[in-house]
Amino acid sequence: MTKRFFLGGLAMLGMASAVALAAETPASLMARYAQEAGIPVSALSAARGDALYRTDHPGRNAQPVSCASCHTKSPTQPGQTRVGKRIEPLAPAANRERFTDAAKVEKWFRRNCQDVLQRECSAQEKGDFIFWLSQVK
Amino acid sequence: MNYFLRGIGVLTTVGVVSVLAFSLPSGEARGDGGDYVLPRLKNKNWQQECSSCHIAYAPAFLPRASWRRLMGDLDRHFGENASLDPAIQADILKFLEANAADSGTSQMGRRVMQGMDAKAAPLRLTETRWFAHKHDEVRPATWSRKSVGSAANCAACHQKAEQGLFDDDSVRIPK
Repeated sequence: MTKRFFLGGLAMLGMASAVALAAETPASLMARYAQEAGIPVSALSAARGDALYRTDHPGRNAQPVSCASCHTKSPTQPGQTRVGKRIEPLAPAANRERFTDAAKVEKWFRRNCQDVLQRECSAQEKGDFIFWLSQVK
Repeated sequence: MNYFLRGIGVLTTVGVVSVLAFSLPSGEARGDGGDYVLPRLKNKNWQQECSSCHIAYAPAFLPRASWRRLMGDLDRHFGENASLDPAIQADILKFLEANAADSGTSQMGRRVMQGMDAKAAPLRLTETRWFAHKHDEVRPATWSRKSVGSAANCAACHQKAEQGLFDDDSVRIPK
């Protein structure tokens, strides 16, 4: 009986740590992207992240497009998709769920960098972007 | 005696209420959802992925051939990159095909298919004859209001679109 409780407890501890491993934070993602880019985390730049967010690029019908087009000029505010659906704020200060799921983060960088920049973003750009957003108050 | 009469009263009330409840028109009571109520469907990937940018459009809105075209071209999805992990994409397509307008699983689907060419595979619900007929009283200027955005934004007017309810009573056209 005692043994069964002990094994059950071990299994639960195991599951708890697996969940903890799966959950990312903005800081852990910055570290991951810095490593992928082959630079120290301290070499990431919030100013570059800010510029990446705001810089206009030629979009459809020659209309300028940037991250801010949908996410608004202030990433603590909710944005809107082209169809009119609300986008929850991008800055972790306003939305604690942001940058806590690596697969979701990769999915949206892949899609949105293609749409805005017509190319994928580099690991350094992704790190800069998260660094800047995690400082926005 | 008093209790006997009261008993009869209670039984009559219960009887009348239940007969009324089962005979009143209710979409869900018709099994598949009826003309204006979509069947309640569950697919985690469809709900999660398709609703990130717009409402998760019901499979019954388009035929299977449409869903195949649409899901095969997600990296150029109406001008946006909506690409998915291949396993998730395949799961969603399977679900859409199983419940598509021509799958025979819903009354709404049968209505969508009426007046559609057998070989047609429209990419937009708003291009179907069924949609045009249902919205023929809506003026072009209404569609382009800022509060509506486009005809793709069902929930702008259909207050319960997210729950699959499209009856006239739940329509509020915003100013």
